[in-house]
Formats: sequence, structure tokens, C-alpha cells
Amino acid sequence: MRVRILVSFKDSVLDPQGQTVKNALHTMGYAAVTDVRQGKVFELDLEGTTRKEAEALVPEIARRVLANPIIEKFAWEILKGQ
Amino acid sequence: MAMKFGVVQFPGSNCDFDTFHVLSEVMKRPTVMLWHKDHDLQGVDCVVLPGGFSYGDYLRSGAIARFSPLMQEVKAFARRGGRVLGICNGFQILLELGLLPGAMLRNKDLKFLCQHVYVRIENDRTDFTRAGTKGQVLRIPIAHFDGNYYAPPRVLRELERREQVVFRYCDAGGEVTEAANVNGSLNAIAGIRNEAGNVLGLMPHPERASERILGSEDGRTVFESLILGLERARPARRPAATRRKARHD
Repeated sequence: MRVRILVSFKDSVLDPQGQTVKNALHTMGYAAVTDVRQGKVFELDLEGTTRKEAEALVPEIARRVLANPIIEKFAWEILKGQ
Repeated sequence: MAMKFGVVQFPGSNCDFDTFHVLSEVMKRPTVMLWHKDHDLQGVDCVVLPGGFSYGDYLRSGAIARFSPLMQEVKAFARRGGRVLGICNGFQILLELGLLPGAMLRNKDLKFLCQHVYVRIENDRTDFTRAGTKGQVLRIPIAHFDGNYYAPPRVLRELERREQVVFRYCDAGGEVTEAANVNGSLNAIAGIRNEAGNVLGLMPHPERASERILGSEDGRTVFESLILGLERARPARRPAATRRKARHD
């Protein structure tokens, strides 16, 4: 099974890198862009893991390691496999 | 009897030898290097987590270092009241480890900052500042990309209420201004201690400001404070240390 985990800053945390990208987009004339949040993507291959097990395992890994829950949130999805 | 320091080495630490030099040659205290893969703190009285880029700062600064075997010992040592000092990357590791509250964001201007700054001692009744005085301004260099201290509002309020903010960025006159808060830290926080008071993290590098030839000796305050506190308290602490050792054997 392959899962994808997206880690990004919480809405309450200022993201200076996202702000800088937004400013660059405005400079280029993309006026429609009102906000940019930058994040990280992880793809994990899991072996012998059922969907039910993944639903417990992946958030645990995300909370303990991939994201810092003080400043970051995460979302995840199954890319392929059961 | 002289207290004993231990400096932890991770792959990517680069202030380990500077710190070792200052503790052993300038402060003239027995100092050992502690390897991140070991499990033995070698009976040190104070663990120093030095600056650098442990594990290449992969994932987040300090995020991987916290899982090393020695850090589990450091965590237990801190929970028993052992003194732990985290400098720069060491501070980031203490945050990731959960020994100190909060997290680090990228500096507000997205620049790596390598310069001398002024910090004000906010609390002189700590194990790390007792040799100084409240309001005293220290000139110490910083060198970091992720030093923009963040904590949720509730945590920040508690930090202030319990006087856990030990150092704040300020100007040469001791005034906390937005310009002096070079990395954008909330409440201009440069260093905090834990609630119990035995763990301190700070972004400035006191080991780079401990000899006159380097332009400032202000950083010595931190090391002198530790020595002052631990060497005075030592006789009382001895029996507890003996009991611990016996249990391990």
C-alpha cells in the first residue's frame, strides 16, 4: 500500500515562505491568488498493512514524526493498494 | 569538587568542539564528549546539546536527533532534575523532544542570520543566569535559520506568568524593539527554561562569546551560573547520585 501524507502549517501559524511565494505571484500579475501555504509531501510504502491498520498507523506516524503538532497539521490518503 | 560537563555529539553537530574547549579550557571543568549512539551519560552533572545541524536538519531542525539513544537518557536525566543546556540546534532538539514548550519557525525574513545580537536577562533566579542580574544586557552571536520562536497563545501566557522566559532580544540599551528581534520570535524570546527550572534552551551561542579574544565574554555568565549552582549544591546531591548508580548496576 502506498500512502501520501501532506504536512502544512496550521492556519494560526504565519508561513513566511508561503507569503513570499504569494508576493512573487502578485508581482507576476496573478492577482486572483489571495493566499499561499507551503507544505511537505511524504509518500510511504507499507507492507502487510490493511486499510484499517493504516488508519491507525499513518496518523500516529504523522503526529509523532512527520509533523510537529504545535505548528503543523496533516492530511493523508491512500494512493494505491487496499 | 568540580562539576562535570558532557557535550553531546550528533552527526552534523559543529559547535561541539567550541563548547568542549570553553568548558574544559576556559571554565576549567572536567568535560567529556557524549556520543549520540551511546546510552551512558558518564556521570556528568550537566548535559550540553551544542549547536550545529544534527542529521542535516532533515525533516525539521532537531526532529531526528531527538530519537537517538542518548537523548532517551538525557530525557530521563532531565526528568530527575539534571541540568540540561541546549544551544541553538540544541534548543531546537529540546523543543522537538518536548523538554521545552513551543517550536521554531523559519526566521521572519527567511534569511540565515549570523551576527552578534544583544539579549537581556529576564530572570536571574535560574540555574543558568544566577551569575548575572535581571536587566543585564549580554552581547552574544547567533547563527541560525530557524530561530523564530513560536508557542500557542495559552502556552506563551504560561511561559510569561511562570517567568520561564530567561533571555529576550533587545538593543544595546536593553530596550526590546521590533528591529532588535531579528528573527521575529514571539515576545522576542531568545531563551526559555522549563517549569522545573533545570532545562534551558537559547538560540545565541554563549560558547562563542566566552573569551576576550573573540570580542565578548558575556556568554560566560551562563556557564558560570551552572558552576556556581552545581558546585554549591553538590554535597547535598551526592547521596541521590549514589543511589541512582547502585540501581543501574
